[in-house]
Amino acid sequence: MVYFDASSAMPTRPEVIDEIVQYMRDDFGNPASIHGWGSAPKRGMERAREEIGKLINAMPEEIIFTSGATESINLALRGSLPHTEKGRMKVATSAVDHRSVRAIASALANSGYEVIDLEVDIYGVIDVEKADRVIGDDTALISIPYASPEVGSIQPYKELAELARRSGSLLHMDLTMAAFQEPIDVARMGIDLATLSSNDLLGPKGVGALYVRRGVKMTPVLRGGGHERGLRSGSENVAGIVGMGAAARICRERMGGVRKHLLGLRDRLSRGLLQIEGSHLNGHPTHRLPNNFNIRFDYIEGESMLMLLDMNGIGVGTGSACSSKNLEASHTLLSMGLPHEKAHGSMQITLNPLNTEEEVDHLIDVMPGIVSDLRAMSPLYNKEEGA
Amino acid sequence: MDRLEYNDMVLEHFKNPRNAGTLEEADAIGQVGNPVCGDMMEISINVKDDRIEDIRFRTFGCASAIATTSMLTEVVKGMRLEDAEKVTWDDVMKSLGGLPKIKVHCSLLAVDGLKAALYYYYKKVGVDRPDLKPKDEDEDHHHDVEVNIQDSPLV
Repeated sequence: MVYFDASSAMPTRPEVIDEIVQYMRDDFGNPASIHGWGSAPKRGMERAREEIGKLINAMPEEIIFTSGATESINLALRGSLPHTEKGRMKVATSAVDHRSVRAIASALANSGYEVIDLEVDIYGVIDVEKADRVIGDDTALISIPYASPEVGSIQPYKELAELARRSGSLLHMDLTMAAFQEPIDVARMGIDLATLSSNDLLGPKGVGALYVRRGVKMTPVLRGGGHERGLRSGSENVAGIVGMGAAARICRERMGGVRKHLLGLRDRLSRGLLQIEGSHLNGHPTHRLPNNFNIRFDYIEGESMLMLLDMNGIGVGTGSACSSKNLEASHTLLSMGLPHEKAHGSMQITLNPLNTEEEVDHLIDVMPGIVSDLRAMSPLYNKEEGA
Repeated sequence: MDRLEYNDMVLEHFKNPRNAGTLEEADAIGQVGNPVCGDMMEISINVKDDRIEDIRFRTFGCASAIATTSMLTEVVKGMRLEDAEKVTWDDVMKSLGGLPKIKVHCSLLAVDGLKAALYYYYKKVGVDRPDLKPKDEDEDHHHDVEVNIQDSPLV
C-alpha cells in the first residue's frame, strides 16, 4: 500500500506516539492543578511550546495551542481584526488559501469588511504588483499561505510581508504544509500571526498552534477559564500537545535530511510521470514545496484516475472536487487560468518523509496503463487529437 | 474520497467496463455533456431490424459516470428501439444497485447519450423525433440535475 496524500493526513511518527501514550496513561493530570499531578503535564506542555517556538524561531510565549489549523486560522483572523485601526476594513486573501480562510472571509464580507481576492499567476503564485495596487492604509489584514497547499508553489512572502509592513496591516501566514519541510523564521519573515497543525508535523491530529507575535492585540474566540493567556480557554489536550512538541523537535532535528529525501522522491516522480504523453506539471516548476507534485493528464478525469490508483493500492489526492455536488473543479487550478476540463484531470501527490523510492516506482509503473485505459474510453481523446 | 460508498456492482463496471470504445461503422453516434462540467458521454449504436444490434460508449467522467454508461449499454443491447428509448436513469441506477447520493447526477447523462444516438439514427432514416433531440450544449443542465437529485427516491 502506497500513501501519497500527505495533505489529507500524515502518519504519526512512532517515537511521538510513545510520548503521547505516557501523557495519557501516567502523566494524565491537568496542568492547571496546584497539586503534584499537575506538574508533569505542565512541564510537558511548556516543553512542547518551546519546541514549536524553536521550529519557527518564536518565543514560547508567542505560541497558543489550539485544536488544529482551522481553529488557529479562526483565532488569527477573528481574534485580531477587532483590534485593528478604525477605518481599516479590507481583508486580503487569495484563491490559494486554506479553505477556512475563505470561509471566514465570506463571513467577514457579511459583516462589513471588504474582502480582496489577491490574484495568482499561472503557477498559483500571488501577483505582488497587483497586490500592491489593492493593499493600502485601508487594509486590516493580509492572509497568505507559505505555499499553495494544492499545487505547492511558494508564495512571494518577503514582498508580501513588506507590503503588509508598509501599509500597516497584519500578516497572517498559514504554515501548515510548510513547517515540516521548509526552514521558517517568523521573526525575520515579518509575520504577525502564523498557523501550525500538529498532524502536518507528523504529530497527532486534533492539535494545532497559533503564533501570535508579541505586541499583536488579540481577543479570544473561545472564552472560559482563561487558559493559553486567556486567548484559548478549555483544559489543554496535554497528550496531543506533547505529541505536537515531540513532532516539532524531530522536524527541526531532521529537516535537512527530510528535505533532501523529499526532493529526491519528487524529482524521481517528475522524471517518471512527465514522460507520459499529454502530462503537465501544475504549479511552479522549481519554487515549490519539496513534498508536492501536482500533475494533470489531458483528456481524462481526476476521480476515475484516483479510483484506479486506489485499486492498485495507491492513495493520491485530486484537485478536482468531483465529489462536490456542483462538480466544480478546483478553485486554485481555475484561478491559475486552467480550463475546467484540464483542472478536472489533475492529481495531487503529497509526500511524507516515510515514503520510499520503491513506492514512487510503483506509481510510475502503473500510471501509464491507467492513463491509456482512461483515454481509450474518453470521447475527448481523438476528438482533440491533431486539432 | 467516497470509494466505500460505491457498491461492488458499480466498482465492477468501472473496473471492467462493458462495450467501451467505438463502432467501426456506427449507424449513429450521440454525444452529450460538456467537459467543463466534468462529464461527457458518447454512445455509438448499430441498428438491425429495429433493435440495437451493437453498442459502444466512451465517457470522460468519474467512476460513477463510467459504470453507469457501461451498465446502460448492457441493459439496452439487443433491445427494440421503442423499448430502449423508454429506459430511464432510474432503471439504470436500479440495475447498478444504487449510487452514492452525490453521484446520482453522473448517471443522468448516460441516458441522454443513448437518446441522442437514437435521435440521430431516426434522423438518418428520415424520422423526426424532436423529443429525443439532445439538449443545446450551451444549456446549463446543472439546474435540472439538482432538482432530480432532490426528487430521487433512491438516495
